Amino acid sequence: MKIIDAAHVFFDYVRRDENDNIEEVSHALRDLNLTIEKGSFVCILGHNGSGKSTFAKLLNGLNLPKDGEVFVAGMPTSDESKLLEIREAAGMVFQNPDNQIIANVVEEDVGFGPENIGVPTEEIWRRVEASLSAVGMLSYRMKSPNRLSGGQKQRVAIAGVMAMKPACIILDEPTAMLDPNGRKDVMRTVHELNERDGITIVHITHYMEEAVDADRIVVMDGGRVVMDGTPREIFSQVEELKALSLCVPQVTELAYELKCAGLPLPDGILTREELVKELMPLISGTSSAEDGGDGK
Amino acid sequence: MSIRCEKLTHIYQQGTAMQSYALRDISFEIEDGEFIGLIGHTGSGKSTLIQHLNGLMRPSSGTVYFNGEDIFAEGYDLRALRGRVGLVFQYPEYQLFEADVLSDVKYGPKNMGLTDAEAEERAKEALKLSGLSEEFYERSPFELSGGQKRRAAIAGVLAMRPQVLILDEPTAGLDPKGRDEILETVSELHKKQHTTILLVSHSMEDIAQYADRLLVLNEGNLCYFDRPKRVFQYYRELERMGLSAPQITYLMHELKDEGADVDTSIGTVAEAKDAILALYEKKQAGRKKQVN
Repeated sequence: MKIIDAAHVFFDYVRRDENDNIEEVSHALRDLNLTIEKGSFVCILGHNGSGKSTFAKLLNGLNLPKDGEVFVAGMPTSDESKLLEIREAAGMVFQNPDNQIIANVVEEDVGFGPENIGVPTEEIWRRVEASLSAVGMLSYRMKSPNRLSGGQKQRVAIAGVMAMKPACIILDEPTAMLDPNGRKDVMRTVHELNERDGITIVHITHYMEEAVDADRIVVMDGGRVVMDGTPREIFSQVEELKALSLCVPQVTELAYELKCAGLPLPDGILTREELVKELMPLISGTSSAEDGGDGK
Repeated sequence: MSIRCEKLTHIYQQGTAMQSYALRDISFEIEDGEFIGLIGHTGSGKSTLIQHLNGLMRPSSGTVYFNGEDIFAEGYDLRALRGRVGLVFQYPEYQLFEADVLSDVKYGPKNMGLTDAEAEERAKEALKLSGLSEEFYERSPFELSGGQKRRAAIAGVLAMRPQVLILDEPTAGLDPKGRDEILETVSELHKKQHTTILLVSHSMEDIAQYADRLLVLNEGNLCYFDRPKRVFQYYRELERMGLSAPQITYLMHELKDEGADVDTSIGTVAEAKDAILALYEKKQAGRKKQVN
């Protein structure tokens, strides 16, 4: 079942001067077509300015297409009467944790969304508790968000979205400002939400390593989809990705470089385990010392 | 000798119940022309430390020497120091404010009291160093791409001709190509202008590639100050601090565990490629020998 269906979507940013005359139009999305299956984990890659964030903002009606139509859980985002429902179905998490937290206590922040749409108090508290435990932050419920690390703040922001019981969460570079541990925590959390609770994840990132475990990778360039496939399919195309200002995970890059240098390795190696397994038969039993080994 | 910290301590909210050490007894010395990486988890004291290095924050105790002089001594010219120790904050593009790129970059040197012509000369030089050509001079900074904005902001600091350039996560939020371009620019500055660099980064891969030495902060304490290869040998300790070693270092450890004779201090793709190729070629040669 499709949770997101974008067909022939166009979007322009229009800049006007003080007299409301059009000064400049930039075409952020040009005939974008993309459907996302319910329950899947999709990563969107693309260089700065490729249209990723513009697309993300179409998914809960923050942006409306100039042309074409976006359906979220079967509802067209152009239908204003459905906007609240759409925003419940598709929750957004942004890059900067400090811009997304508004309350003085963690649990109040998480409860803000459901309270806003008139959920009964008891149900709010149930949701707050369930959401905070889903992201592993229940023990922080009475804490001030100021005292949390970046990764913890992002998890609270995700809990705030979870409290709306979304079918889909769109994360726009949620790890860009985090340290390695914070990044790991957030990635672990979204994978858990996907696997355990069946929530569809649309993850936008510049970290290629974070895309390795996705079900599917979509690469955008110039406001449209230019590559679409499994991580293995996408990361096999090293030169194509470089041409799009992207790269591959370091392990994949090393495997690719070795292959180019003549080692018989398969394309699209994604993990260290795979590379170790492939490499060992090729290099084991030798010693880097001049006359080490006794196999003469 | 360019920057020396001596028992630098900074206590937040000193004397209250909330008192906490942001920095505790930090001592180190950075030589002229070094490329230093600074790593530590969020809240480890990195930002607090770099703000002491150009006098934006005052220590609770201890001090910082720049070229042998105590920068917190009475009468020390902090204004001049800030021209010599340039600090590029996180997301510096939010600090762009002028109508065009050239004016924005000129702002710093003009503020130092230089004439308009001098400021312009420096601005052009700085823009060139940071990789923005003449076509950008008249453009509004807000029309630039993320990577270009970042470079314009870095140029604004370079226009002060700093001897030391401190960059707080200069690649956050950029795409892989933008990341590489910024780091290459910084590396060029280091090599050609012999600018001392202090790079704060969360990317162990970048640090492994560029830094001569690495400062590791944890909970306000200086844990390691050594070459990256040596520091990354302590990857288990780093993990306990919320950090890690580069992916490639982990790979080398795993190959070693399986019995391959590799150097586990390797941290970059290029080094790993050479090491693995050497082993592969050796094995191939050994096979040929056996056949013969």
